[in-house]
Amino acid sequence: MLPDFTEITAWMPDLMSGFKISLQVTFFSLLIGIPFGLVLALGVMAKGRVIRAISLFAVEVGRGAPALVLLQFIYVGLPSAGLMVGSFMAAIAALAWNTGAYTSEIIRASLLSIPSGQREAAEALGMKRLDELRFILLPQGLRVALPALLGFSILIFQSTSLCFTIALPELVSRAYEIGSITFRYFPVLLLAGLLYASISIPAALLVDFIEKRAGKFASR
Amino acid sequence: MNGLDLMPLFRGLLWTITLTGGAFLIGSVLAVPLLLARRSRVWLVRFVAMSVIQIVRGIPPILWLFIIFFGLGMGFLPVSPFGAALAGLGLIAAANMAEIYRGALSSIHFGQFEAANALDLGRWSTFRDVVAPQAFRVALPTAASYLIGLMKETAVASTIGVTELAFHGKQMSQLTFRGLEVYALVGLFYIALSLPVAWASRAADSRLRARVAR
Repeated sequence: MLPDFTEITAWMPDLMSGFKISLQVTFFSLLIGIPFGLVLALGVMAKGRVIRAISLFAVEVGRGAPALVLLQFIYVGLPSAGLMVGSFMAAIAALAWNTGAYTSEIIRASLLSIPSGQREAAEALGMKRLDELRFILLPQGLRVALPALLGFSILIFQSTSLCFTIALPELVSRAYEIGSITFRYFPVLLLAGLLYASISIPAALLVDFIEKRAGKFASR
Repeated sequence: MNGLDLMPLFRGLLWTITLTGGAFLIGSVLAVPLLLARRSRVWLVRFVAMSVIQIVRGIPPILWLFIIFFGLGMGFLPVSPFGAALAGLGLIAAANMAEIYRGALSSIHFGQFEAANALDLGRWSTFRDVVAPQAFRVALPTAASYLIGLMKETAVASTIGVTELAFHGKQMSQLTFRGLEVYALVGLFYIALSLPVAWASRAADSRLRARVAR
């Protein structure tokens, strides 16, 4: 039932190269998605009605539809509209959209948690709106948002497993492939699970720790 | 959207609802013993419960379904796709619900426990009459938003052949070559499904809040 040593050494190179793709997709999705979330958060809070409507639509669809459906929508849907996308690009686009939608809510909540006196003071000092955001609001807001953003990053890392459905050769695809060749599904899937857990469990414990510390700072 | 037969999507919707409801039910029941173990006085029990929760949450849902359906299903313990999905998602829901219960429980002021102790209420009575009603109100909004999350998570069941919404969406897009419209529609179905849950949760929350308002 468990993988033996020769199996592990035979499978590991394949699994690791899949794991690398999972990590790359995670990295780029967050790199694009979190700034996108900031833009969406500002868009939802904007005064212009059109900007607000568009941002709200992007957030509600990105949060409301399952990541799996977003992936399929971009990978299968866009080519039928005449726009070809590879599975790697489709994965990043879909997960970045998902990230943007969720993190925009996290960032918006953290910006709203800043006392309005901060904003008024910045205005009284004659700061430009962009400077106010950069020097007053973001440094305070992101500090509040950090634990939630990190927690969400773990979820996105796990969501990369959904890219199996768009034929991206990431970790789950590799494990499934090995399983279908050797018929040793259980051991190879277990090994893949171990690789996921080796990142997500320490990361989750770290987020817990940061959350507790942030709570301590806030309660002082 | 003319020319598309939407019946399969509605049939899929039914399976999505069944799977979500079933997994949520299993999860909220199994979470109780898990929570009790998590708060046990024996450190070993506590450690085991915590490890179970972390491991279940540390592995992506799709992999859990594969482990159960392909890993256990091929040889050890033959299982239907729906059974595997129900077991996998139920397990994940249990771990998450245990954490939700724990969060709600820790929001209760320790004065409540002291007061119950001073009134000489037993452990069970303290839980039933003092702690649970208060914790329930705190847990409700979180549990509802988790229910919505779980509903979206059930889309992964399509990968092992459960004929739910995403499965029919995929089939339909392959039949019609109109992926853009089909998947937009499927996404809309999921969003539409989450609206009544969100609404009911908000209504219940404001009603419960009104009852304890001073």
